[in-house]
Amino acid sequence: MDFYVLGQQIVNGLVLGSTYGLIAVGYTMVYGIIGMINFAHGEVYMVSAYLTAIGLAVLAYFGISNPWLLIGLTMVFAIVFTSLLGVTIERLAYRPLRRANRLAPLISAIGVSLILQNYVQLSQGAKNQGVPTLVEGVFRMGSEDHFFQITYMQMVIIIVAILAMAILNFVVQHTALGRACRATQQDRQMAQILGIDTDKVIALVFGIGAALAAVAGVLITLNYGSFDFFVGFVTGVKAFTAAVLGGIGSLPGAMLGGILLGLAESLFAGFVSSDYKDVFAFALLVGILIFRPSGLLGKPTVEKV
Amino acid sequence: MTSLLKLEAISLRFGGIIALNKVSLAVAENSITAIIGPNGAGKTTLFNCITGFYRAQEGRILLQKEQKQTDLVALLGGSIKFSEGPLKGLRKFIYGLFGGTHLVARSGVARTFQNIRLFAEMTVVENLLIAQHRQLNRNLLAGFLNLPGYRKSEARALAKAYEWLDIIGLGALANSPAGALSYGNQRRLEIARAMCINPRLICLDEPAAGLNPRETDELSVLIKRLRDEFHVTVLVIEHDMSLVMSISDHIVVLNYGEVIAKGSPKEVQADPRVLAAYLGTDEE
Amino acid sequence: MSRRPVSRTMLLSLFAALITLILTGPLSGLVLNGYDFTTRFAAPLQIAAMVLILRFIAGLLPASWLAPKQKHEVEPRAPRFKTYQLVLGGLVLYLALASLVLFASKYWLAVGIMALIYVLLGLGLNVVVGFAGLLDLGFVGFYAVGAYGYALGHQYLGLGFWAAIPLAALLAGMFGMILGFPVLRMHGDYLAIVTLGFGEIIRLVLNNWMAFTGGPNGVDAPAPTFFGWEFKANVTQGGVPFHEVWGLEYSSGMLDAFIFLVLLAVVGLTLYAVSRLRGMPIGRAWEALREDEIACRSLGLNHVWTKLSAFAMGASIGGVAGVFFAASQGFVSPISFSFFESALVLAIVVLGGLGSVYGVILAALFLTLMPEVLREFADYRILIFGFAMVLIMIWRPRGIIQQRRPFFKRAGS
Repeated sequence: MDFYVLGQQIVNGLVLGSTYGLIAVGYTMVYGIIGMINFAHGEVYMVSAYLTAIGLAVLAYFGISNPWLLIGLTMVFAIVFTSLLGVTIERLAYRPLRRANRLAPLISAIGVSLILQNYVQLSQGAKNQGVPTLVEGVFRMGSEDHFFQITYMQMVIIIVAILAMAILNFVVQHTALGRACRATQQDRQMAQILGIDTDKVIALVFGIGAALAAVAGVLITLNYGSFDFFVGFVTGVKAFTAAVLGGIGSLPGAMLGGILLGLAESLFAGFVSSDYKDVFAFALLVGILIFRPSGLLGKPTVEKV
Repeated sequence: MTSLLKLEAISLRFGGIIALNKVSLAVAENSITAIIGPNGAGKTTLFNCITGFYRAQEGRILLQKEQKQTDLVALLGGSIKFSEGPLKGLRKFIYGLFGGTHLVARSGVARTFQNIRLFAEMTVVENLLIAQHRQLNRNLLAGFLNLPGYRKSEARALAKAYEWLDIIGLGALANSPAGALSYGNQRRLEIARAMCINPRLICLDEPAAGLNPRETDELSVLIKRLRDEFHVTVLVIEHDMSLVMSISDHIVVLNYGEVIAKGSPKEVQADPRVLAAYLGTDEE
Repeated sequence: MSRRPVSRTMLLSLFAALITLILTGPLSGLVLNGYDFTTRFAAPLQIAAMVLILRFIAGLLPASWLAPKQKHEVEPRAPRFKTYQLVLGGLVLYLALASLVLFASKYWLAVGIMALIYVLLGLGLNVVVGFAGLLDLGFVGFYAVGAYGYALGHQYLGLGFWAAIPLAALLAGMFGMILGFPVLRMHGDYLAIVTLGFGEIIRLVLNNWMAFTGGPNGVDAPAPTFFGWEFKANVTQGGVPFHEVWGLEYSSGMLDAFIFLVLLAVVGLTLYAVSRLRGMPIGRAWEALREDEIACRSLGLNHVWTKLSAFAMGASIGGVAGVFFAASQGFVSPISFSFFESALVLAIVVLGGLGSVYGVILAALFLTLMPEVLREFADYRILIFGFAMVLIMIWRPRGIIQQRRPFFKRAGS
């Protein structure tokens, strides 16, 4: 096994994994608080990829060329817009179904993801889209022909991902808002009795999840440069896999699961087969759900009779 | 009188909590036995063990059926040990895949639930037909072609369903959704449904909860009929003491997962430990 | 609820339009063009105006119209027709539909075949989702198993069309069992995701296993024959052309007409079987399982086996649909079996009403024929499916057409 190839795959895996982790947060928080799989979350990420490109194009039109300013402003634009989208989706498609049977919200979510996909396709066209490379430069280790590298963009991704997770963790653990979130997660009815506006908390959780998906969307788009209206599905399923792997409902679990999945996928692609890397990810998902549905950091559930 | 059900030192722990601690008791055939105790004493947990929803970690639950003894705990499978040989291991593996609860039911133990579990969107009569699933002609082809054997088996099931509906007085509501019934009727329908699997033992989990006094009286008549007319053995968890005292042949008192007293209603009523458990003593 | 004041409705409508404007502004108003963009500000304004009007109209409608109905409201009643009358009616209907073959063009036959295939898929998925309440998001996998089973079965084993139908049903059913076995013990949402995973795995393997499946290039599927007679102008060596045997003029639509007739019969039989299922022990057990699994177990029903049988039955129907798809297209490739197809079939089942057999047929016909009739509809159809899925889940989760439960009369009365 070539040390440099291994090193490169680990770097790629970490980068990939930290973006999975960011998206996984949206799945895990929503599942934790209302027990539904927000199937449309992947499409929310897809929308943020388009927003990145649109944001960059508009900023370029106004003559802004500083890459850091571009990234920063695009990020703010994507976050604000995408969280509004997340909250709106929750309000329209999920809130009316709070008391419905378990299948209803999931089917509704599939409907939402069809809507988003088709809407973006209709408004932006089916063709591949791209963004220019903003941050150039790499950091290399090794000799001329044997090396592994980490681009500055990849470093930005990892730093931003860690930062975003740190902020989120602080909010959830140390603010009144976070306390309300945790209380609602534990026992929604009781939280409501104690005067917490649980509807608002749930909407907020959707907003936060969407915001982190937007962060991931901006980072991934800037890193890979191209995307289409279909990217939400596979990335969404993989991020969900990450959430399940880490233990659905657990925030640190989402990040851990993301990184592990990113690494596993990257190593599999590098050393076994890149054709079957998606098969590997799906098989991993199936395997975890069958053998350890509570994931690495999740709590097993006891059947109530 | 022989005992139909015998529990031998049943224990069950959830993490560090001992839910049941070496519970032993015997239920006489064709009797009404009540299990009482304060909230959290482990009554429903005990029911779940008997009816196969939980697997007791220690002890045996023996059901006597026509000279044949079945260990209900063993029906639930368990961890596979290599020393037991491949055949037994395979059987346990298969049990593990399917879960064994339905096998307990098939061996003759029926139950109702504290928080009524009817098939709410299905009709009243359908609820009773599902309970007879095992007794029906389930051949797909016979059903598609509506063959005589299939028709006969459906007609028999329907007759039995209506028979039970008449017993609980719901004949007129046969084709309405079960979820639309009043609370008292739902409780009775659940009992009728449990009876439709032809059980030897029926476990009623708080059947009088939420009933008004008149319905409770009707219930006590029904429970006695189950014993006297249909010859099933009744095991009942109940908080309504007047009901318990009026119908029970035998009472078992549970507290903190242990049996603290058993005997006839009179004996139990006089037992100081029971009074302490219910009213509290200085220890607490 | 009393009538809401118009001014408040107006305000709410304006608010909805404002949110719509914000949300559609960048995506509809600024269209990416390379690294640049072109503006199209009319689009978001139009959408917002539409939302404004729709929201306002919705606000004026009586509240009871919009109130969601979660439960069955229609009581079962005694059936109006005897079984033999229904069968007779079915036969007449079949003959009527079959006679369409004489008038329809090759194009419309192909459309009709696709519509029927979706009816079949809808009926199959309805067994799993509608009856048993198991959300299967990988249903298209079984469709693929059927289609590839036929194409590859012909390529490697020389399997014919008629042998392929039962074998595909068996094979897909077996796939359903094998895939279902490990997953059926988990609860609803996880099951959906695992089936989704399995469906994708099947597609990806078909796509990547070049040596066996031909990868993205696909495989040819043979045209079906009727008692060995082929539907071709010039038959291959040793073959007998159908039109010569019957002294007919050759037409290129014959093959489609033949597939249409066989498929119509299969749909008819499936329809009969599935509609009988609800009144049969197995169908009842499925529905009971959907309502309350724990109660089922307490009644001695083997819940795993019962779910598995629903899974297998749905899968077999999907497999048969796959054979017809392969036969009518003459070619299969992995593109036809993406998750999107699963979502489409799910949309059919949801629109028709979970568990409603006839609703599913109407929905399938509507969704497949509508784009043909109305060209503009084709572009927006996925959007419309999506909205329909959300709205129906909120408004009428049991489908637009209310269905009755089977009626059971007291014997001798």
